[in-house]
Amino acid sequence: MTYIPISPAERDAMLKTVGVKSLDDLFDAIPKKHRFPELNLPPALTEMEAAAHLGEMASSNENVREHLVSFLGAGAYHHYVPSVVDHMLRRGEFYTAYTPYQPEISQGTLQAIFEYQSLMTNLTGMEVSNASHYDGATATAEAVNLAYAQFRGKRKKIVMSPTVHPQYREVIRTYSQGMGLEEAGDDASADLEVGPEALMSLIDDKTMLVVVQYPDFFGRIHDYTKLIEDAHAKGALVCIVANPTALLMLKTPASMGADIVVGEAQPFGIPLWYGGPYLGFFTTKKSYVHKMAGRLVGETVDVRGNRSYVLTLTAREQHIKRERATSNICTNQGLLALAAALYMSTLGKQGLQEVANLCYQKAHYAASELSKIDGFGLCFMEPFFHEFVLCCPKPASEVNQYLLDNGILGGYDLSKDYPALQNHILVAVTEMNSKDEIDTLVEILKEMK
Amino acid sequence: MATVIEPTIFELSSPGRRGVKMPASDVPATALPPKNLLRSDLPLPELAEVDVVRHYMKLSKFNYSVDDGFYPLGSCTMKYNPKINEDTCRLPGFLYTHPLQPIETVQGNLALMFEMQEWLKEISGFPGVTLQPAAGAHGEFTGVLMMAAYHKSRGDTKRTKMLIPDAAHGTNPASVGMLGFSVITIPSDSRGNVDLKALEAACDDTVVGMMLTNPNTLGMFDENIEKVVNMVKDCGGLMYGDGANLNALLGIVRPGDLGFDVMHFNLHKTFSVPHGGGGPGSGPVGVSQRLMDFLPAPLVGIIEEGDHETAPLYGFVTPKQSIGRMKAFHGHFGGGLVRSYTYIAMHGPDGLKDISQYAVLNANYLQARLRDTYKIPYDRICMHEFVMEGQFEGSDIRALDISKRLMDYNFHPPTNYFPLIVHEALMIEPTETENKDTLDRFADALIKIAEEAKSQPELLHNAPSTTQFGRMDEVKAARELVLCCWLPENYETMK
Repeated sequence: MTYIPISPAERDAMLKTVGVKSLDDLFDAIPKKHRFPELNLPPALTEMEAAAHLGEMASSNENVREHLVSFLGAGAYHHYVPSVVDHMLRRGEFYTAYTPYQPEISQGTLQAIFEYQSLMTNLTGMEVSNASHYDGATATAEAVNLAYAQFRGKRKKIVMSPTVHPQYREVIRTYSQGMGLEEAGDDASADLEVGPEALMSLIDDKTMLVVVQYPDFFGRIHDYTKLIEDAHAKGALVCIVANPTALLMLKTPASMGADIVVGEAQPFGIPLWYGGPYLGFFTTKKSYVHKMAGRLVGETVDVRGNRSYVLTLTAREQHIKRERATSNICTNQGLLALAAALYMSTLGKQGLQEVANLCYQKAHYAASELSKIDGFGLCFMEPFFHEFVLCCPKPASEVNQYLLDNGILGGYDLSKDYPALQNHILVAVTEMNSKDEIDTLVEILKEMK
Repeated sequence: MATVIEPTIFELSSPGRRGVKMPASDVPATALPPKNLLRSDLPLPELAEVDVVRHYMKLSKFNYSVDDGFYPLGSCTMKYNPKINEDTCRLPGFLYTHPLQPIETVQGNLALMFEMQEWLKEISGFPGVTLQPAAGAHGEFTGVLMMAAYHKSRGDTKRTKMLIPDAAHGTNPASVGMLGFSVITIPSDSRGNVDLKALEAACDDTVVGMMLTNPNTLGMFDENIEKVVNMVKDCGGLMYGDGANLNALLGIVRPGDLGFDVMHFNLHKTFSVPHGGGGPGSGPVGVSQRLMDFLPAPLVGIIEEGDHETAPLYGFVTPKQSIGRMKAFHGHFGGGLVRSYTYIAMHGPDGLKDISQYAVLNANYLQARLRDTYKIPYDRICMHEFVMEGQFEGSDIRALDISKRLMDYNFHPPTNYFPLIVHEALMIEPTETENKDTLDRFADALIKIAEEAKSQPELLHNAPSTTQFGRMDEVKAARELVLCCWLPENYETMK
């Protein structure tokens, strides 16, 4: 298959204009002994063959729509995506455009990103949002970069709750290995039952950033107001990693005083897609906008007096500031920011509230029924949103294997990340789980020997 | 007061209007959390589905895209994105698999990732590949972290300098800056190659390595590439290849064979992942033998060998001295890897070579057609792109004016003001998916614009005049910083 629209006669005419005899003659600058390697790749497929081949690969997976009933979340959630979302994403005008560097012919992308920024600030209660990051984990790592830049490297300690997503903590450790940071709190063997106030003793006048998750990795809802007051009294910034679906119901991180609110917006209209691409959102206060990474769209007018939008504050970015840029980010998740905006617009305020309420109600029904089974129980007493830790009578891996044998994708096995939680799984319930599915889960676990 | 061509989604909202509804709850009700944990208000738009569709349809028509026409944006490889990719990446088996599912239930995904690793190794000549990085710049950061880890593992701690040519993308120095290394800028010589004398002077035992884009952003393949690689290696440095311009090299030469140690791929440039108005991209990284142990974790590997009757069992493996995890989960699987896998599978070895040969032919053809009208400061056979000056003697016309005037001819402008070493640079990358007629119309337009620059310069100064929007007041945007909007009823309190 080829997508090259040039006939042999046209090719020859073009070669003549260029002044060479053959296509191969265009490559004289390349060292001869390495020129034109034979690539050992499978022969080309036609479109029909490729469609069949990919179809076969895809159908050899067991997916959570056709084969498995899923209670797995842990940072990626199975939600309903209204039909409109993908119909609009499939507009070539959106998905085959580049970054909107030429605003006169990119107002569609620019206004859509401006609206995305507005939706995220109204959701989190924060003052500014950038145009997106790769995912929730890298958005969190960029919060560390912001804090580092804010204190010009004079404060080098981060305090991170062990109940931040384990992979997010890993990514922060990877990102920060050149900064010489001191890390405190990131200890998976710490007492997990204590509240967020336990972090206060770790915050000092060297601390640049405190990172907590909301709801935390175990699904618990904490009010971080006191922790944030304490951090601010010591001069540190606070970043809350938030689940956007939970924010539809819960008190905003802004009202608790957070300086930076980031998270994974995959639940807003983006498929599970085996882990990506997803959508990292990043919101903060206006006073930190110059230290924020990523693209930013601002309102302006054109020469004809039309309200319009441009990429602004580009002097922060890599193509202007090079090694002194706030981050190296260039390509972001533009199309998925559009997906999130479409999701929020199509469901609207009431539809979104219904999603949050269904998640909450069904998760609580599941928790209540599961905890009635002999040997099972809820691990924590705090209020939760749509995820909770279930304590089981057997190692989590055995419980999950048993569930899988019965067509159920069980919760996240916490023993991998928390040594104290060997028999514990993190169960997620969304609007996609019917009462029947929850009842089946309960019945199956009742019968587990 | 500015005229509003399309209201924002917030301005279109009307309280009580409904879009998509959710089903009623089918479980017994539970009380909500205590009030002090609930939000008091959710200030988001309320619209009907038809309002949403018409709004985004209108916005889509404000955009210029590859599906609309020629998009010769240098260094961005704006090629046609085959429609079949859009179907394969949305197959239910890919869409509805969770990243933390047991490996036994996602062997299709893992097989695709494993093959993709193998294919990228074969195309680039590197023995190791990670698919985890999310974009080119993310791949660069991954590469620089591995370079740092390599030197550190050898106790070689005095290496803190990265050599970067003056023609490099801004992401190169920015990635280096994220690790606290310093940047030594290496000039280009008169033929657009790395200046060997300057390189020699910079090579010493404090060099981490060199980040080289080859072909570089002038569209030139470095004629001394083997010397450059050897000089960096002789002083103990590692050689980083910026794969942004890989569209010139498929089946032409493999960076691994040239002695590079590490290179990122831009699947959204070379392998037809659509650019999506700014992303998502995908930035896998290939490495030489000596960096294999430092690759980010996890990689996809074979856990149990198969035989002629059973397929192997694929799973995740962690390299011995891995730099760690670059993002949550496994990379841009659905929207990135599946599209590129489809594309490579449909090209095969000969098709890939065709891509690069025709990408290079198209660029050289345009260069030949424009040579007599525009100054081409580095004028030799180019690779997939070339750079010309957007200025004329005795005229105040600038590259920006020419770019804006091209919009009146219904073309997307080239990249302008980059690379920084060319005055009033216009960087043109046609890609292989344009036909001769399009290239001719584009060249004709540029030749006509050069005439207009002399006879009617106001046409250029005032351009674009035929588009829906005119030039923007960027100073106002930066000064006033209006970065979001609100529902009409909240406008006064929030503003």
